[in-house]
Amino acid sequence: MKEMENRIRQMAKDLLAREKVDQVVGFCQGSLAAVTRPFLARHPEEADQLVFNCNCRMNLATFVPDLKGRTGIVAKGCDSRNLVIQMTENRVKRENLYIIGVPCAGMADKNKLLATAGGRDLIRVIDRGEQIEVETTQGTTHTLSRQDLLQDNCVTCIRHNPVIYDALAGPEVPEPDLQDRFADVAAVQKMDPGEKQAYFQHLLKDCIRCYACRDACPLCYCPTCFVDESSPQWVGKSLNPVDVTTYHLVRAFHDAGRCTDCGACEAACPMNIRVRSFTRKTIMDCVNHFGEEAGMNPGQRPVLDRFQINDPNDFFR
Amino acid sequence: MIIINKTDLAEVMTRAQETYLLSGPVETFHGHTFRHLEPGQAPDLSCHHTLLSPKAVVFPPSDPLLTFSGDDWAGPDLADLPPQAAVGIRPYDAKALHLLKYNFDTPEYKDPYFLSRFENLTLVGLAENHPDPANFSVSCGTGPFDETCLDMLLVDLGDALAGKILTDKGEAFARAAGLDPIPAEKKAAVASTIAELKTRAENAVTRTGSFGSLDGISTLDLYEQIDWEALAFGCINCNTCTFVCPTCWCFDIQDEARGQKGVRLKLWDSCMSALYSAHASGHNPRRQGWQRFRNRFMHKLKYFGDKYGAGPMCVGCGRCIRTCPAGIDIRTIHQALSRLEAVT
Amino acid sequence: MNNPYDPYPVRIREIKTETADRSLKTFTFEFIRKADEAAFSYRSGQFAMLSVPRVGEIPIGIASSPSEKGIVKFTVFKTGKVTTVLHHMKQGDVMGLRGPMGNGFPLEQMTGKNVLIIGGGFAFTTLRSTIITLMQPGLRDQYGTIDVVYGARNPGMLLYRDELDQWNGQPGINMHITVDGTDDPDWPHHIGFVPAVTGECAPESTGNAVAIVCGPPVMIKFTRPVLADLGYGDEAILMSLENRMKCGIGMCGRCNIGQELVCKDGPVFTLADLNKTPGEF
Repeated sequence: MKEMENRIRQMAKDLLAREKVDQVVGFCQGSLAAVTRPFLARHPEEADQLVFNCNCRMNLATFVPDLKGRTGIVAKGCDSRNLVIQMTENRVKRENLYIIGVPCAGMADKNKLLATAGGRDLIRVIDRGEQIEVETTQGTTHTLSRQDLLQDNCVTCIRHNPVIYDALAGPEVPEPDLQDRFADVAAVQKMDPGEKQAYFQHLLKDCIRCYACRDACPLCYCPTCFVDESSPQWVGKSLNPVDVTTYHLVRAFHDAGRCTDCGACEAACPMNIRVRSFTRKTIMDCVNHFGEEAGMNPGQRPVLDRFQINDPNDFFR
Repeated sequence: MIIINKTDLAEVMTRAQETYLLSGPVETFHGHTFRHLEPGQAPDLSCHHTLLSPKAVVFPPSDPLLTFSGDDWAGPDLADLPPQAAVGIRPYDAKALHLLKYNFDTPEYKDPYFLSRFENLTLVGLAENHPDPANFSVSCGTGPFDETCLDMLLVDLGDALAGKILTDKGEAFARAAGLDPIPAEKKAAVASTIAELKTRAENAVTRTGSFGSLDGISTLDLYEQIDWEALAFGCINCNTCTFVCPTCWCFDIQDEARGQKGVRLKLWDSCMSALYSAHASGHNPRRQGWQRFRNRFMHKLKYFGDKYGAGPMCVGCGRCIRTCPAGIDIRTIHQALSRLEAVT
Repeated sequence: MNNPYDPYPVRIREIKTETADRSLKTFTFEFIRKADEAAFSYRSGQFAMLSVPRVGEIPIGIASSPSEKGIVKFTVFKTGKVTTVLHHMKQGDVMGLRGPMGNGFPLEQMTGKNVLIIGGGFAFTTLRSTIITLMQPGLRDQYGTIDVVYGARNPGMLLYRDELDQWNGQPGINMHITVDGTDDPDWPHHIGFVPAVTGECAPESTGNAVAIVCGPPVMIKFTRPVLADLGYGDEAILMSLENRMKCGIGMCGRCNIGQELVCKDGPVFTLADLNKTPGEF
């Protein structure tokens, strides 16, 4: 991992020194061991602050559309798919981007990491590739297998290597041969309606309507989100379970056909709610009904974004 | 001083529940949170930190102000609330409740929804023996063993909890819960253990240098001369920090109705959200996310201190630092602000 | 404990459409309980929350003067959810009123001075209150000259036409009414923007005058230098600000400009005060 990180720093330094970009978006170390911060480097010497490790959970594509000029961006597999979607949706222009592609071995779930510290905090996390070393505040050190610590979305990741890039920061990693990729969705699907309702009520009962899931998502960029409309008011703002569920369901539908399962939503949720339950179903439906995955091919419009006169479904004519 | 053997804790709480509506740390499948206890449910005092702060006990995330029936309305009967006790609240979270009071209790206006709950609340605090790296409460004028805003302070001695009674309310709680005084021969040893734990905990709390009120630097200098857009990079205005923060109090008021019936709700809101200051005309004095970021930190680190003289609007609990998806740290922001030269 | 979130019940006594495009209506309320009328003792420049049950609340400047007994008037622009419902309400309908809120204009501190009142568009509402208050016999002679500059986009958008005409002919007050433009060849008043008309018609200050300015941000921006040229110091210019509000009592936090809360520390500020605050309004 250190080699990849050094390579990223070198590439960013080079891009900035030769003025090929106005800024480079990546990650730098946060003040807590298991956290990194999105970082904007504008000068070559700032590139030394860039890091890349198992704690780079945010999807940096979120920041790109608001940046002026030419932007270098550190992109994991899922991030690169979101960049593809942003290009398709006219949010960014390909020629304004220099994509530093990062073949990704998967991110560590923050809670699984913290569980090794007995609910307190860590003072060091070292990403050694297949293994991750942690040092706790109680002075103990543990070496853990990355596989055991992966975020849920990384376990079923279909694309570790970027789908689009200008240069890679490291050698490509083998793509997984996933068996039973949608086992999590199937588990919910086979519940009867009563069980399903109980499952979703339980899932969302601690939601505080902070909208961290929406704000972390690179797809959620409506100038006025539907929850903020008052005329008409589509959904209430309180913690009424019906309104909470409505918010999550509608957001999942707005992202349907576009979601890359990057996991930024779950990583952002302060209440550790598994909000991907909704989007995982839409992803499965896209694969099963349309044979497509979001953001894999530049120029291909998302599934729910295309309509042709000879489309078989005529229910809305 | 009183003593509770941990094996007796559930029984003690059940007795207390005959008099008080109890709240405390509770384990959920997400992590711990601070909420009202079910009858017979004991607070989980082995919890290190709760995801949400205890502020919901006096300032619920969704609070009915008025109930409507046609064109008639009525407020709830706030005089008849049962006495409450928050058991296992961290000392700095208790101080946070007092900081909230500056907002809800002013000479011109008093918020009865907040005050009726605050005034009948007994704070049975739990000292924090092992604060973690995100905790900087000592730099905020409080600390893991701070007694100033509590009615009783419990200290975890391992297999028992020692309790220092600090006020009449604390005494009343001890009586209602049937708590036993500590045997005379053990007093000195326990006091000495507590002193040791306190010193160790306070030394472990990350010192941030001074997390003071930036008195020497003018508001306009802080507002205009700090590169806020750069400081705010990465912030996605997700509202998480404001919702987990024990001293944040911003709220929205929304009417929700179905036919002739309805309710006017006070709801947690966040200065980080786009709608917060948006005018009906479309004008928004803080349209960009970094401008709202600036407003939040200026409020916490400057405006509040200047307005009330009670220090920063922060107790150093560390929740915002632990939960921020973008790793933003209020201590880093404060350092950037305090580096601006003081102009006298 | 008094509950500041609990509105006084009021009945709509009269609704008057003020403007040709029907976007502005003046609502005259009466209190259903007599005791509430005494409790709602207000001053010019204050505002109140108009509370529509099951819909929401909006902060609106009080257009009536305390000297107009038995009623309270508000002029409301239709722009969103609550104002649309309000515009569809009828005489006799019951709703709520919370207030009075804010600091109001410090008229007692302005005695002995000349008063210049500048209003643009529908921000003129609290200025109507101020004019009626100042023009009361017994109060009028405590002040020097009173000049009013009031402009709207076109004649159809001017508020309180009848009263404007009445004041126009009245001694003791100098009216300078203007519109941005008009097709009416018989338009008897000025044509031009408020800052320009202020520059042409307003009396100079030699430290003995106070200016009260209410209007949209762009009007205020261009009026400031005009007033400076006329000799008005920053402490002698009073402005009434607006912001998004919910509680109106300084608690929900959102209306802040720096550490000042527009609903409670304002909405009236001197320009000298505002120069010390962050420029976010």
